[in-house]
Amino acid sequence: MADAMKSEFEITVNGESKSVTTYPMGRLLDVLREDLGLTGTKEGCGEGECGACSVLMNGTLVNSCLVPALGAKNSKITTVEGLVPNGSFLDPIQRAFLEYGGAQCGICTPGMLMAAHNLLRRNKEPSREDIEEALAGNLCRCTGYMKIFESVVQALKNWETV
Amino acid sequence: MRANIPDYDMWSPASLDQALDALNMDPASNKPFAGGTDLMVLLEAGDLPPGRFMNLWDLNELRGVDISEKSVSLGALTTYEEIRANDFLSMNFPMLGSAARETGSLAIQNRGTLGGNIMNASPAADTPPALLVYDAQIEMESVTGTRTLPYSHFHLGYKTMQSQPNELLKKVRIPRSFEGWRGYYRKVGSRKAQAISKVCFAGNVKLVEGVVVDIRIALGSVAPIPLRCVDTEDALRGKPLTPGLIQNAIQTLEGEITPIDDIRSTATYRVRVSMNLLRDMLDSFVG
Repeated sequence: MADAMKSEFEITVNGESKSVTTYPMGRLLDVLREDLGLTGTKEGCGEGECGACSVLMNGTLVNSCLVPALGAKNSKITTVEGLVPNGSFLDPIQRAFLEYGGAQCGICTPGMLMAAHNLLRRNKEPSREDIEEALAGNLCRCTGYMKIFESVVQALKNWETV
Repeated sequence: MRANIPDYDMWSPASLDQALDALNMDPASNKPFAGGTDLMVLLEAGDLPPGRFMNLWDLNELRGVDISEKSVSLGALTTYEEIRANDFLSMNFPMLGSAARETGSLAIQNRGTLGGNIMNASPAADTPPALLVYDAQIEMESVTGTRTLPYSHFHLGYKTMQSQPNELLKKVRIPRSFEGWRGYYRKVGSRKAQAISKVCFAGNVKLVEGVVVDIRIALGSVAPIPLRCVDTEDALRGKPLTPGLIQNAIQTLEGEITPIDDIRSTATYRVRVSMNLLRDMLDSFVG
């Protein structure tokens, strides 16, 4: 037994500097949900298969269930709550998911939004194949994916009208 | 059952030297932890033995892709994403890019590392067959210095390797000696994305006027280790690529691999698919 001690970590979440006291091998997912109360990020499989816990860490998409707290120390995290300031309006991807049926039960949706966001901020002209690959790590058991792909395509059009 | 998190400790060394010192003094309490895409899965499943881990992620000495005249070297912490995004690697070692692209999802590719793929030693890993057919060498680092060995000799048995408890994998070096060779890489899983291999096949062939001048073949998920298939290579090397030779090589491969039945596939299926992939590769070179 290692008998780990909790220690204090600095972490920037959605632009705000936070201090968290937790175990080094605690999961970033639990830090976000339990310690910071950001329950938008979901837990699905807990083993990096489903993508429900996807967040951006220093600008790259990660499964927050697979990142130990110590690994997230001093990092910049963006969760679904951080897509728009104060949740005051919907960003183009969220709006498209709402309008084109990209969300049904909603469990996969925050992860889908983060994966779609990760794609569209790098690639403003994604092919169908690009979209499929970008979302390949996110499982949805409701929509059959077609509505989600459609939403991502429509999100690009929303972007132009923002 | 989920793990009890207080039973797991982790610290971050400030430098490679500090990490090697710690590993030399007490390897059992400084278990290397890179991207965590495998260890965190074990943790969540309650299958990771409790202990103290050493976080390698911030060690810049283990990062970077360096290109020289004779070879390219990849730091052990090079992620799959970095392999995919590297134009030189895509151009010169495309099978490495294919393997990186076939491993997990983008989120996994952002965290999973080449060194982790090797040291985790899963026979189903996707980069080892590509590394084997590119004649990769690996550099193991310890307080006493650097030891370089051919990757083809590294894996000894299921999850056992030619590595000492006080060593860290530092670099993978690939010689730039495959100009004019033709590569073939195929991963077969249950579905296109996010699947662990049933069979993973890599081939690298130097073909001159229909003669197999030289060849490398390596497979994943067909043996306790990522397997370089030297008997099958020998059956082909130096000979004109005729239908009879292809048939002979396929039969040699059938005798050389020893897959098992497991959660992902059966031994029978794996043997059949491996033979078919060899035929597909060789036929594509004839055609």
